[in-house]
Amino acid sequence: MNLTGVFNTVETAIPSMIERGQGGAIVLTSSTAGINGIGGPTRGGLGYTAAKHGVVGLMRSYANNLAPHSIRVNSVHPTGVNTPMVVNEAMQEFLESDPSLSNAMANALPVPMVEPVDISNAIAWLVSDDARYVTGITVPVDAGFTNKK
Amino acid sequence: MAGRVEGKVAFITGAARGQGRSHAIRLAQEGADIIAVDLCRQVDSVPYPMSTPQDLAQTVKEVEALDRRIVASQADVRDYGALKAALDAGVAELGRLDIVSANAGISSVGRADELPEETWQDMIDTNLTGVWHAAKAAIPHLKAGGRGGSIILTSSAAGLMAMENIAHYVSAKHGVVGLMRTLALELAPDSIRVNSLHPTMVNTPMIMNEPTYQLFRPDLENPTIDDAGPAFLTLNALPIKWVEPVDISNALLFLASDEARYITGVTLPIDAGCVIK
Repeated sequence: MNLTGVFNTVETAIPSMIERGQGGAIVLTSSTAGINGIGGPTRGGLGYTAAKHGVVGLMRSYANNLAPHSIRVNSVHPTGVNTPMVVNEAMQEFLESDPSLSNAMANALPVPMVEPVDISNAIAWLVSDDARYVTGITVPVDAGFTNKK
Repeated sequence: MAGRVEGKVAFITGAARGQGRSHAIRLAQEGADIIAVDLCRQVDSVPYPMSTPQDLAQTVKEVEALDRRIVASQADVRDYGALKAALDAGVAELGRLDIVSANAGISSVGRADELPEETWQDMIDTNLTGVWHAAKAAIPHLKAGGRGGSIILTSSAAGLMAMENIAHYVSAKHGVVGLMRTLALELAPDSIRVNSLHPTMVNTPMIMNEPTYQLFRPDLENPTIDDAGPAFLTLNALPIKWVEPVDISNALLFLASDEARYITGVTLPIDAGCVIK
């Protein structure tokens, strides 16, 4: 889902973008777990971290491969976002199961989570002409989480 | 429609021309008032003409044409006392501080084992210590405002990767990343965000000069931009030779605005894919 799904999505999009010949912008949603070894020892946590790291490799390769077509490719790396994927009982139980995990999840800025619109703002900037020469970069929207590790 | 940084005040070093002037204009277009400083004279180890008082006056004119206020003064980022005095006077006049662009920088070239000590020292003093001076002078004002803030340090693609013949520049620009990361941690409790910009070649007088062309075409006696351009092209993944100052300003504006309210501690390349190529 989190890696092959991204690959399938990009592969589906590329031909028409190249054919149109007017450049374009692709943004892959990774995670702070795409930069750091977080997520704990469970198979799900390891798989999540591995997949989100894999997204960065895809992003960098696509950025190089598609640059001649002026198609830009970047990734965003949210910390915890106020969405049903994070705000649910299972995630709450997971975090409570190991106090060190939730401590390690604390952001640098004094906010527990960011809002979906904060990720949207970063993506809107990346796909706009304001970022016409930005490609191959990782953009954490993580309230300083990664830098705090 | 309100601007993206409406009512805010931005402190910009190196504002007389190039990226600094572009930042002043772009932020003013989006509603900010400006505190501008620049050296406006030559540094001996720098091999191209630096800014002049006329350049700074032009920045003032262009910001005022946008109906925004600007307090401009000549100050050397290497001189903490002078820089602080210029900023303090600007804040006293404009009433607050929200955004800091530590942009002032110089360029010079030479193999690491051949650089004159003065060339090394001027580079570190300007491109690294000068950045710290700007942050140090600004932080008390940002904290006093109690509204958080955004500090943007101008590093370079050379702050993230090695480049031959500019060891002093690479060292200073890597140092800026360490400073940015540490400031981001220290200031997060006050909701002051700190990030760095990493441009590839930009169309400014710091790059568009013969010593820089010579760096890329050492085989020619008097290379021009037409000779160096194809070499610039090989640096970037995207099929372009350089980016424009406004491209860096647009990234700075994004980081300065509330759109990036939870982005801190981030290195942001505007580099046409230079770093990943």
